[in-house]
Amino acid sequence: MGLDRRVFMKTLGLAGATLALGKSTGTALNKDNPTEFYGLLYDSTRCIGCQSCEFACAESHNLPEPEDYPDPEVVRKMDETRRTVVNAYTTDLGETYVKEQCMHCNEPACVAACLTEAMYKTKEGPVIWRGDKCMGCRFCMVSCPFDIPKFEYHSSNPKILKCDMCYDRLQKGEIPACVEACEEGAIVFGTRRELIKEARRRIHENPDLYKDHIYGEHEAGGTGLLYLAPVEMDKLGFKTTLQNESYPSLTKGFLYSVPSVFVLVPALLLGIHEATKNNHQTEDDGNE
Amino acid sequence: MMEMNSITYTKSRDPKKQSTWKFLISELKPKGKIFTPFNIISAPIILLGIVLIVIRFWKGIGSVTNLTQEVPWGLWIGFDVVTGVAFAGGAYVITFMVYILNSKKYHSLVRVTVLNGFLAYVFYAGALLLDLGRPWNVINPIIGNNFGTSSVLFLVAWHFLLYMMAQLIEFSPTIAEWLGARRARKILSGMTLAAVIFGITLSTLHQSGLGALYLMAKDKIHPLWYSEFIPLLFFVSSIFAGLSMVIFEGSISHRVFSNQISEKNHKSHNGILISLSRICAGAMFAYFFLQILIFIHEKRWEHLDSSMGYWYLFEMIGLVLFPMMLFFQGYRTRSIAFIKTAAILTMIGIIVNRLNVTVIGFMWEEPLRYFPSWMEITITLTVIFTEIWVFRWIIRRMPVLSDSPAWAQKGE
Repeated sequence: MGLDRRVFMKTLGLAGATLALGKSTGTALNKDNPTEFYGLLYDSTRCIGCQSCEFACAESHNLPEPEDYPDPEVVRKMDETRRTVVNAYTTDLGETYVKEQCMHCNEPACVAACLTEAMYKTKEGPVIWRGDKCMGCRFCMVSCPFDIPKFEYHSSNPKILKCDMCYDRLQKGEIPACVEACEEGAIVFGTRRELIKEARRRIHENPDLYKDHIYGEHEAGGTGLLYLAPVEMDKLGFKTTLQNESYPSLTKGFLYSVPSVFVLVPALLLGIHEATKNNHQTEDDGNE
Repeated sequence: MMEMNSITYTKSRDPKKQSTWKFLISELKPKGKIFTPFNIISAPIILLGIVLIVIRFWKGIGSVTNLTQEVPWGLWIGFDVVTGVAFAGGAYVITFMVYILNSKKYHSLVRVTVLNGFLAYVFYAGALLLDLGRPWNVINPIIGNNFGTSSVLFLVAWHFLLYMMAQLIEFSPTIAEWLGARRARKILSGMTLAAVIFGITLSTLHQSGLGALYLMAKDKIHPLWYSEFIPLLFFVSSIFAGLSMVIFEGSISHRVFSNQISEKNHKSHNGILISLSRICAGAMFAYFFLQILIFIHEKRWEHLDSSMGYWYLFEMIGLVLFPMMLFFQGYRTRSIAFIKTAAILTMIGIIVNRLNVTVIGFMWEEPLRYFPSWMEITITLTVIFTEIWVFRWIIRRMPVLSDSPAWAQKGE
């Protein structure tokens, strides 16, 4: 059943959407349009769990090749040697696959957390890590609601590792390695607006196949990674309780209070000091 | 603990008789007994800790800690930095009372409390460097090429740095008295009020800022400890955390360094403790009331009937409400025993609260929980013991607990 659906989708998908959307047309960065973020649309119904994306990712980032397989019994996790993993989940529809990686949030918590601007949201959309700035405090890991950044605990010169949407390749006009490697068309690359439009089209044309939910459209204030799935995302190990406001908005109130505290508190303290200046002369007799 | 029978008052340099260098070299020699129980316990731990710190920088943080990809901040941040800085809050509270409210009866506490605060920041915020994976880049947010101004940690880091300077200025007249530098003392004393005002402002922001660090970890902290008001709770609790530390440290210092403290200050000490206990009780009442408001506002009762819920109740009732009543009772009956017990319970409460937010309640749903390794604990103890060694070194040499030299007193 599952396979039939995939074959069907494969034909449909290859003929339709991917062509329009640029995996095969090889959309490079649109330099004329710097205001739009690029992102990825991952369609769980098309993914067959072949791990091509994992191998391509490992190869293009000089990481070791994966040695395990998606297995419903095991939750595979990203770590300092892999920036993306495909997991299998047993759902009502049989085995369903899902690829995990950095969500490239519109307003990333890791970027707001970073005090050295090492975590950086590029104007093209990818969230990248810059080692020459990072001091290894791991506040990005504490703050990321998706638990994406990984740290090399066993290195004297540790790096933070996470998906950077192949930022280097993007600048050369190529598409991300995982997108290029995916023969099923499960991942497509494009501007976020185009991707949402495409996701809506797929849901509209196949309402029975998809849950009517684009994960990442609103979650955490919107993400560059968008997910379509045949089941609710919590069945695929994703958090569905995340807030729709961006995570940096949680600290905005505190940070905005800083300038007013710096103006008001010293003035107040000085005022109290002046007002109480003469107190001790009268009250002091016994103590001093 | 630290025994001090062999020496009496600190002796400041007399500029007419001795050159500064000769004086400094003579001051480097140890004073007091070497084989005290405290030294015998702390020295091997410090040596072991230094070895572990070398391993940490050589083989990476994972070689000595139990930190994971899910729990990137453990004991070193949760206890050394977050809890240590809360305990250092006494410095801004005492300077507020003495210099802003002009409540001179606490004046004898200022120097020792500021010294304690300063050393706490140097050592506990300094312990942050051990936790940085790439500490050589720590200058980046300071020298100005990479200002991550949207980061709460940026604010906290800058505040630590500036507050250390403010505290050093507040403490500097003591150093000047020690060195017999009359002119410098005069100039530095003139800067005290400005440093105090700046220091209190910084403290309000970074005491709360330490709580604000955890605001974005909304989905990771147990709902009984997460709220948008963490910064406010951290700030209010730093008041009685700091004062409890002042009471606790004061009662130890008055025993260990008793020969340095003048008769007058010895006599007034109990009266000061009683006044402090009233302030503690007041601040704790405000804190407890805030906690109740937050509890109702966030509809937390559904979480109560669980092991974390009982732990929460224990913290709130056993380590906030109960010591608050002890402080109040101690104030009413003028019972120093009550006050000291309350101070110790309050300090335990602060440790428990800060660890609940940062470690115990962090990623509480993960099946594999973080627990610090013996090496992390040893390094934490190394930091604490080294701080006490430096504290003792200064107390025995500078007029911190002892009275200022006669020439300096005349000016006041």
